[in-house]
Amino acid sequence: MGMTITEKILAAHADKESVRPGDNIWVDVDVLMTHDVCGPGTFAIFKKQFGENAKVWDRDKVVIIPDHFIFTKDTHANRNIDILRQFVKEQSLPHYYDVGTDNYKGVCHLALAQEGFNRPGEVLFGTDSHTSTSGAFGMFSTGIGNTDAAFILGTGKLWVKVPETMCFEFTGTFPEHVMAKDVILNVIGDIGVDGATYRAMEWRGDAVMSLSMEERMTLCNMAIEAGGKNGIIEADDVTLDYVRQRTDAPYKIYKTDADAQYFFKKTYNASEMEPIVAKPHSPDNKAKVSDCVDVKLDRAYIGSCTGGKLTDFMAAARLLKGKKVKIDTFIVPATREVEQDLYKEKMGGETLIDIFKNAGAYLGDPSCAACLGGPKDTFGRAKDNQVVISTTNRNFPGRMGSKQAHVYLASPYTAAASALTGHITNPADFINK
Amino acid sequence: MDKVIEGIAYVLGNDIDTDQIIPAEHLVYSLSDPEERKHYGKFALSGVPDDQAGLPDGKIPFTENGQSESKYSIIIGGKNFGCGSSREHAPACMEIAGVRAVVAESYARIFYRNSVDGGFFIPFECVTRMVEEIKTGDDLVIDLNASTLTNRSANKTYELKSLGEVIEIIEAGDIFEYARKTGMIPSTSRGGS
Repeated sequence: MGMTITEKILAAHADKESVRPGDNIWVDVDVLMTHDVCGPGTFAIFKKQFGENAKVWDRDKVVIIPDHFIFTKDTHANRNIDILRQFVKEQSLPHYYDVGTDNYKGVCHLALAQEGFNRPGEVLFGTDSHTSTSGAFGMFSTGIGNTDAAFILGTGKLWVKVPETMCFEFTGTFPEHVMAKDVILNVIGDIGVDGATYRAMEWRGDAVMSLSMEERMTLCNMAIEAGGKNGIIEADDVTLDYVRQRTDAPYKIYKTDADAQYFFKKTYNASEMEPIVAKPHSPDNKAKVSDCVDVKLDRAYIGSCTGGKLTDFMAAARLLKGKKVKIDTFIVPATREVEQDLYKEKMGGETLIDIFKNAGAYLGDPSCAACLGGPKDTFGRAKDNQVVISTTNRNFPGRMGSKQAHVYLASPYTAAASALTGHITNPADFINK
Repeated sequence: MDKVIEGIAYVLGNDIDTDQIIPAEHLVYSLSDPEERKHYGKFALSGVPDDQAGLPDGKIPFTENGQSESKYSIIIGGKNFGCGSSREHAPACMEIAGVRAVVAESYARIFYRNSVDGGFFIPFECVTRMVEEIKTGDDLVIDLNASTLTNRSANKTYELKSLGEVIEIIEAGDIFEYARKTGMIPSTSRGGS
């Protein structure tokens, strides 16, 4: 019997001919990523377990990307950056992107892609649940805690239970006003926030393969919001074009066998997809945007690993160009590269940054910012009982900073359309005119 | 590993995510510094909406008056306990507050794994949903040999699911001790404290 792409990658990294869902295996790790929130705890466990003077298993495979609590006066948060610096120095780690330098990147999941650490066929672990994002490159990637990360630092290995695979196939063509964010919110709404727990979410079909890498990353990013272990999309020419621009490192392409066994398979007609929001306070609280137009908003937020990529801002700029926002609108590029692109990319002769400024939006520095609330002085942090439409990934109580806030998760198109009207708005009203 | 865990129940509902367990603004404190880590106990479960905090009535704080330890040491949860981020601060803050076991209908994967691999407490799965069976403040005892949960306040005993394959890591203490026991990492590799 055949294997899925996830099973094949895990088998290869466990030095096995084949694996089956449920097998517990030890895999060799290609990349371990950590950041400012979980790095300090990880390093402390590593030293406690392997010795004060222990060295990491492979300096070249450790990637440290501070991104969570960066632009803050919080002294503990800033102390944590110092701990990263100290560890990097002690270990002579080459892949560190320090705050306050030209080397600073921003949100780790996009930075991993942009810096060439996402390579088809590899196994990547990160101390962040949205590490599933990297699966867009035809690799196995998942989030872990400090303890597991410390174990990897010392050994280069981790035990993994081979997941069953759920297949989500989209045939046909997505409507112009529908983005990957709508697609993943739709699927999470269908299967629930624990609908893919312990399982791989494999995305297939010509509609999926027609998406850019950034849109594919959005699909895999939110696998965790359905409880998934990993999201994954087979690599193709679109993947390789992106990867080759970023790294010369070798890669290996794996594909799901025709006779591989899925735990679940659902085929969607892409042309029937509609703009979707997740209502408060759960990512699976799905509703059609067209059914929520009465919801009045206090602010819009466009940013994060899920919704702060160049594609996301191109979408927002398309709607905001030449118009004024009616509510406070926060623009937070995920990385410096995205930020630089906002100054370079033009739409009708106007740079994206000018489009956003002229629309009256507020611009923040690249980081995770208010996606997860963060310290009190975090840019865009939700206050009181505000109603927020956001391109981020979670709307749990308190997630964006205030326990009383109401967060609607949406695509960048929907967030931008809603920013223009002050209530939840179908982007089709602007795009299809 | 203790074969019997006794404690007072603190009851929560479904989808208790890691932002509710420990809001992100608190993730700045050291988990290894003995004094600083107490903050995590103080803020454990502080993100749970008030009406959901300590069911069935709610509005019961998990820790009181800035204390870092809670009188509740057994958490009863519904479905998908610990969903959301991979922050190990979530199981850690519960352990720091004194939690010794969670009994939930089901767990989110990373939280479950962190609880086991880090040796913070034992995550049990119940056979039937406990959220409506047990009240915050009930006097509970978990018998690991019999795989049961007894509510001494109501004189009722419930079956728990077998811990399955992770029992070896739980018995060893954490993933490092397990790896030493099985020879994966040398037993001499432990560093200082």
